[in-house]
Amino acid sequence: MNYGAILAALLVLTVLGFYLGRGRARAAAGRGQSRLHSLPGYYGAHVAIWMALPAFTLFVFWISFQGAIVEGIVWNGLPDRVTVLGETKPRDALPAEQKQLLINNIRNYATGDVVSGDVTALMKQGAAQYLRLEALSSWILAAAMAILAAVGLLLTYRSIAPTMRARVRVERVALLLLMVASTIAILTTVGIVLSLLFEALAFFTKVSPVDFLFGLEWSPQTAIREDQVGASGAFGAIPVFAGTMLITVIAMVVAVPVGLFAAIYLSEYASRRVRAAVKPVLEVLAGIPTVVYGFFAALTVAPMIRDAGAAVGLSVASESALAAGLIMGIMIIPFVSSLSDDIINAVPQALRDGSYGLGATRSETIRQVVLPAALPGIVGAVLLAVSRAIGETMIVVMAAGLSAKLTVNPFDAVTTVTVQIVTNLTGDPEFDSPKTLSAFALGLALFLVTLCLNVIALKVVQKYREKYD
Amino acid sequence: MTDPADSVLIEGQKEKVRQGLSRRLRAERRFRAYGVVAIVLAILMLLFLAGTIAANGYSAFYQTWIKVDVFLDEELIAPDGKTDPQTLREEGDFRGALIESLVASYRVRGREKENRLIAMFSTDAERTLQRHAIANPRLVGKNISIWVKASSDIDQLTKGAIRRDLPESGRKVKDVQLVWYDRMAAENRIETRFNTGFFSTGDSREPEQAGIWGAIVGSFLTMLVTLILAFPVGLAAAVYLEEFAPKNRLTDLIEVNINNLAAVPSIVFGLLGLAVFLNFFELPRSAPLVGGMVLALMTLPTIIIAARASLLAVPPSVREAALGLGASRVQVVSHHVLPLAMPGILTGTIIGMARALGETAPLLMIGMVAFIVDIPGGPTDASTVMPVQIYLWADSPERGFVEKTSGAVIVLLAFLVVMNASAVYLRKKFERRW
Repeated sequence: MNYGAILAALLVLTVLGFYLGRGRARAAAGRGQSRLHSLPGYYGAHVAIWMALPAFTLFVFWISFQGAIVEGIVWNGLPDRVTVLGETKPRDALPAEQKQLLINNIRNYATGDVVSGDVTALMKQGAAQYLRLEALSSWILAAAMAILAAVGLLLTYRSIAPTMRARVRVERVALLLLMVASTIAILTTVGIVLSLLFEALAFFTKVSPVDFLFGLEWSPQTAIREDQVGASGAFGAIPVFAGTMLITVIAMVVAVPVGLFAAIYLSEYASRRVRAAVKPVLEVLAGIPTVVYGFFAALTVAPMIRDAGAAVGLSVASESALAAGLIMGIMIIPFVSSLSDDIINAVPQALRDGSYGLGATRSETIRQVVLPAALPGIVGAVLLAVSRAIGETMIVVMAAGLSAKLTVNPFDAVTTVTVQIVTNLTGDPEFDSPKTLSAFALGLALFLVTLCLNVIALKVVQKYREKYD
Repeated sequence: MTDPADSVLIEGQKEKVRQGLSRRLRAERRFRAYGVVAIVLAILMLLFLAGTIAANGYSAFYQTWIKVDVFLDEELIAPDGKTDPQTLREEGDFRGALIESLVASYRVRGREKENRLIAMFSTDAERTLQRHAIANPRLVGKNISIWVKASSDIDQLTKGAIRRDLPESGRKVKDVQLVWYDRMAAENRIETRFNTGFFSTGDSREPEQAGIWGAIVGSFLTMLVTLILAFPVGLAAAVYLEEFAPKNRLTDLIEVNINNLAAVPSIVFGLLGLAVFLNFFELPRSAPLVGGMVLALMTLPTIIIAARASLLAVPPSVREAALGLGASRVQVVSHHVLPLAMPGILTGTIIGMARALGETAPLLMIGMVAFIVDIPGGPTDASTVMPVQIYLWADSPERGFVEKTSGAVIVLLAFLVVMNASAVYLRKKFERRW
């Protein structure tokens, strides 16, 4: 049975419940509707809530866990000896990844997806069982939901009386739902931390954290066969961190002066009309998707820099850190300029007037009064920009290289944390190889660093804003 | 009255101040110029980017077609004499018929030359023939004249992206093909048309057959999932935090959390999606459903922050008046505050959605980088989205895909412009100053 149909049926029943409840409330009130505690609609809503909410909660839990349970039953229903990859073994002695392979194949065969390897009789048997169980499960689910909805309807419908405080009850549920929604932010953070931590710990059981944090060599390609040369990858992340820093520094060298001067000009010099025209144009730079910047960097800017380098006799890699950093800097300009703009505008006019009164020129006022007063806020803005640059992915994936080189030469190709995460996780990741897991360790490092930067920067910016309020 | 400066400063000091003044004014002009230069630089960069993309991409919207005379040879197309659609579809050798006719009309001898000649046409040409024959079975055994797609190299030649003056070895189109091409051009057999295929087909390995419709549909489904999840939840969270939440440690924690989540790199959300949605809940890879869920988590903070700002902008007098008339707190919010704050909330939502539409990195993590030809039919089908399609094409070495990539960028930017413009319009139209 289709899940969409189940939900649609529930919706129809709920609407029905609403009208039933409202009708009964009206009837119970008789002629003098003022005897009712709440408006009739609230009685209807009360019925509807208790019909829909428990059934819907059940639905969510059911579809979250049904897959695992069905698979377990299918697994136990298979014969005691199974054939995987041409070998016949007792079912209980199967290694974990072969078991997973078999189950995946059964599921894929049942849903009509691509199966790896040949379709075996075993898979057909499992798939038939799988489909049977899934159909059964959705029928049970539908029946259970119907019963829950019916019970909800019965209880709330019978409780309708003029003295029942329906509005209060409905509002209590509504508030609860609002509260649940607001905790999703926390759940997301917890989810991020747990998922990164969990996989990163798995990585650190294979590679020691000391090697990871202080190793100077990064080559995550592990060989497929054990006797190949360089069979074990090296996971020293220093070159990756260094590459990230290099590109970030280049980006900041572009973004901070340009962004800051643009903000100063716009807030201190520009007429209202210039401001109204230029600000949106800068915002456009912020609205361009990063994949477009990446394409632009790889297609146009990197070859341009390489040719320019060749013209003056410099050897520039075709995926130079300079190209990626430059474009990333341009992407971050509006970020720096709009934050700094806010901060400069928050400096009280009285400070400026005082400076003018002492005979200072505008630029002297800006340099010696406004900027020092705004400095902490600007530092905060720059920290936020740095965190943006570190976490930026598409520009570096498309314009920076994969070679983890420990260098400070901006004409060389370097790699970054985000590039390594993407390359190690795209394709078909296997969750037991250190190559795949290393992406999560890098992700954890990325998350922690950007988190620290953000927390500090947000604190600084906020504190500074309050100071002049 | 005398100028106080006159009485205090002696002549030498006055001179010093005057000299210093011109220096200071020069510094002033310089400082001002830095600002102008910064802004001009930023704008020039934007124009450069837009110009490059437009110059590379406009040609993706039209395409070269060639008119060929084909003899629909029964022996090849309908070997057992039947011309019903099924036979034509399954057994007809239209490629053979095309080659036979081309070889005859251009008097080509030798395997290599034959291959060169047929390489001037898209592999779509034989399907065009097939469709035509199925639609008109009585044409089997007759000569027809029909327009078919040129191959990507010929297309690029027509558009001037492959230069004739290069030596033959460094050129994708060989000399012999140029001779044929010129003959076709002289016979008015070459024409450029609007590229409808670009807007109606999915991805393809052949640049001249690749389209972005699959990616557009994928993006639409993904955005739909994102909107359905992020908007109600974000709205509810904002309403709770702004209107009902008591000031305590939990709500403080939530606030800090939301602000931080807004600044977490998007790729981290991709890692979350991979670990939780794909590995733990075993949802399908590459599906708009999962992509939409990940992007919803990413967009949520943006929506919450925007919604809170516009709820905060509704003056307390509105709430007090409603409370004074006997409304409950929930009624105050749902009947009065929310409708007044709605334009601002919608604006914030559209801006958040526009960002999500351009987002690529987290989707790479959940496997939306697969090569997918089919147009997705639902949120659980494997699909790709526009920014990922751009990323995939940008990786392809063929010259034809550079143009396609830029074309796709133009389409994506057009969508973003429409979304942002509608946000600005909403804000302008419904903004209220209290």
